[in-house]
Amino acid sequence: MSNLKSNVPEGPLKDKWTNHKNNIDLVNPANKRQIDVIVVGTGLAGASASATLAELGYNVKTFCFQDSPRRAHSIAAQGGINAAKNYQGDGDSTHRLFYDTVKGGDYRSREANVYRLAEVSANIIDQCVAQGVPFARDYGGLLDNRSFGGVLVSRTFYAKGQTGQQLLLGAYSAMNRQIGRGKIKMYNRHEMMDIVKIEGKARGIIARNLVTGEIERHSAHAVVIASGGYGNVFYLSTNAMGSNVSAAWKIHRKGAYFANPCFTQIHPTCIPVSGDHQSKLTLMSESLRNDGRIWVPKNLDDVKAIREGKLKPVDLSEDDRDYFLERRYPAFGNLVPRDVASRAAKERCDEGFGVNATGEAVYLDFAAAILRYGKEKAHIKGLDENDEALVKKLGKEVVKAKYGNLFQMYFKIVDQDPYETPMMIYPAVHYTMGGVWVDYNLMTTIPGCFAIGEANFSDHGANRLGASALMQGLADGYFVLPYTIGDYLSEDIRTGAIPTDIPEFDQAEAEVKAQIESFVNNKGTKSVDYFHKKLGKIMWNKCGMSRNAEGLNQAIKEIQELREDFYKNVCVPGTSAEFNEELAKAGRVADFLELGELFAKDALERTESCGGHFREESQTPEGEALRDDANFTFVSAWEYTGRPSDAILHKEELIYDNIELKTRSYK
Amino acid sequence: MRLTLKIWRQENAQSKGVMTTYPIDNISPDMSFLEMMDVLNKELIEKGDSPVAFDHDCREGICGMCSMFINGEAHGPDRNVTTCQLHMRKFKDGDTIHIEPFRAKAFPVIRDLLVDRSAFDRIQHAGGFISVNTSGNTQDANSIPISKYDADTAMDAATCIGCGACVATCKNSSAMLFVGAKVSQFALLPQGQVEAADRVQNMVDQMDLEGFGNCTNTGACEVECPKGISLDNIARMNRELLKSKVL
Repeated sequence: MSNLKSNVPEGPLKDKWTNHKNNIDLVNPANKRQIDVIVVGTGLAGASASATLAELGYNVKTFCFQDSPRRAHSIAAQGGINAAKNYQGDGDSTHRLFYDTVKGGDYRSREANVYRLAEVSANIIDQCVAQGVPFARDYGGLLDNRSFGGVLVSRTFYAKGQTGQQLLLGAYSAMNRQIGRGKIKMYNRHEMMDIVKIEGKARGIIARNLVTGEIERHSAHAVVIASGGYGNVFYLSTNAMGSNVSAAWKIHRKGAYFANPCFTQIHPTCIPVSGDHQSKLTLMSESLRNDGRIWVPKNLDDVKAIREGKLKPVDLSEDDRDYFLERRYPAFGNLVPRDVASRAAKERCDEGFGVNATGEAVYLDFAAAILRYGKEKAHIKGLDENDEALVKKLGKEVVKAKYGNLFQMYFKIVDQDPYETPMMIYPAVHYTMGGVWVDYNLMTTIPGCFAIGEANFSDHGANRLGASALMQGLADGYFVLPYTIGDYLSEDIRTGAIPTDIPEFDQAEAEVKAQIESFVNNKGTKSVDYFHKKLGKIMWNKCGMSRNAEGLNQAIKEIQELREDFYKNVCVPGTSAEFNEELAKAGRVADFLELGELFAKDALERTESCGGHFREESQTPEGEALRDDANFTFVSAWEYTGRPSDAILHKEELIYDNIELKTRSYK
Repeated sequence: MRLTLKIWRQENAQSKGVMTTYPIDNISPDMSFLEMMDVLNKELIEKGDSPVAFDHDCREGICGMCSMFINGEAHGPDRNVTTCQLHMRKFKDGDTIHIEPFRAKAFPVIRDLLVDRSAFDRIQHAGGFISVNTSGNTQDANSIPISKYDADTAMDAATCIGCGACVATCKNSSAMLFVGAKVSQFALLPQGQVEAADRVQNMVDQMDLEGFGNCTNTGACEVECPKGISLDNIARMNRELLKSKVL
């Protein structure tokens, strides 16, 4: 079927990782000191990998574009991290976490990788606690858990609404220990511009110092890409402003296959767009769906009155509200997986029921939760459960303790008090399941070049479950890559330091410099953002929550035209030898303009609906996603050949020995 | 809204900076402060001028990258927010807004509103960690119960985003709130006890070496901190330091 070797070890699923670790080659401590590894990116995956590789004895060089590794966008993850600890005794196990993840991903991920992820998940929590991560605890001093979408157990560990921050600062602290010892050399405010290959192997990178503009050569025996996802191809997303695809795209151009680019997660609960000036979207954690009820008015007249400001949502009676998730999915209700919740909200808004001026918002209402909690509190305290004002006051206190920081964030942005009136929310681009294709060892199709965390494609299939991104980032960095990279590097113990004054580096540097100079000398008329925003609009309208062949064909054509316009008319002020954010942005948008086309091409090719990828041509009579297992149980891995339109598709067949493929139902 | 912006422009670390005036119009009260800066930069680029350099990334108040001293306050007039979370509705039509970089000897200006905060990283390198390898071969996470109060207090300290508002605000350019927060987080947890004495001494030594000032208990840092980190953390750090010297 293809030339792709997933290198999944033989044997029963539950023994694969253990057997593999026992069989792979190791590098002795003295030899590790002779080996250099480059890590690009310092989110959970990059920071944890850097720290662990340095502890093992490798010489690590780590790069981030921010002014400190602590600022990578993992820091913004709110809700939590999954682990199969079964501390709650509610029937959780490695197998259940594995099963939930494969099912949540709509059966488009690799069994062995997901099983390994579930297997090491419990260790992550042990590790983080030992590092001083202050997870939430109960009054007995033990760790607390909460529940997330698409599962029936409580396995999510959390640190208030800032779990990503605490885990990243934990990994950052482990890095700091190694930076202090000199085992990690940290390059802040540096951007990777290209990978350097010698005799087919990844042997270094070209980087640009973002402060001085200097182009630098860095060599190593292996290169690890941990640069995150590409959600910013949509311009508006919950990603940070600087999040980009460039590191992943550069290796793609040099031979790394790019897998499932159309698998993108659109998160249902984000603050809606307020105007054209908007630069990014803000997520409201999935944990809110534990207590918030999602609805729109039943009647279009009420919608109109609300938009005109003549009617307040709180004045609408229960009978006039449509709690559409509870109506459509009674079993999971408001806690259906993200792709399902997002599509349902879009469906209502497309029918004209959107509740804000742009018609793209639904309500997330806490009134019922406030009453429920208030009554409970009043009962416990022996107070009058029928005193409405008192019950509300007590209920608000409970809700504040649970979600206070999120409510405050909403209030600051929207200027409305969510304790008094329902939040308005709408889906937004949040995470990309697709990414660089890797084998079981997390190695790309370039020998010696690895991809970890959100940058790779491996674990989440066509849809990621909540609180699993943090799990994957740390699993890859702390517990998987450090073993598998050793197997590869064991052949390099006699190689010695890689020189940088050789033709391969000369050529890569010359190419990078040529692109930079062409941007600076272009003297066009339109800003980089102009093109980025236009690309985002095409992606959102034609490759967003639902896709069809006509729209995707148009998108491909429009992106090609936009790319041409970009190279002709982009304006990058200033010079290449100074801090120049517009120049950095231009390089990133150039890569997004290629990725966007491959994204549309991939979405066009996959005529089934699965997970976050919804093809209008493939749905059930009730409008649910219709998978086509007979024809699409494979990973699409694209090979670059010069232009995205000429990319060659390689298929990695997905084999399910341990799980039966079923229709995903949350009804 | 129509506004007058007075912004610190400085080409690089060596050059001399100057306040420059920019009028700006059509600002929506729903914009964030940084989106207002985006509008200004778009206008500057289209005119062929150089855009104002400023640090920013997540734009949701958690990465700690954005800075800016706005009308004499770190992160501007609102409380418990970073500059990226500050909205233009906090200003009035016709206002003049002064925008400067975070100023401190230990935070040299790189360009315009961009400063070098790597001194913060170096303090963390000196001791902001627990010396445990990341092999995963630790004990079970629930083997040491930690009181909810201690865990929550450690979490409150750990929410520091390392933005440097405390330093920029302090008349002494002291970093003690930043350092105190990290020292406290680990001092409150059993896992941090083993090397507590070395940690606080090493971090304080590095802090002094970087040229930060000392605390004189004014409390401005706590007021301007976007995460509301409490002064208690400075007290706890001083206690830890004393303990490490006398015990």
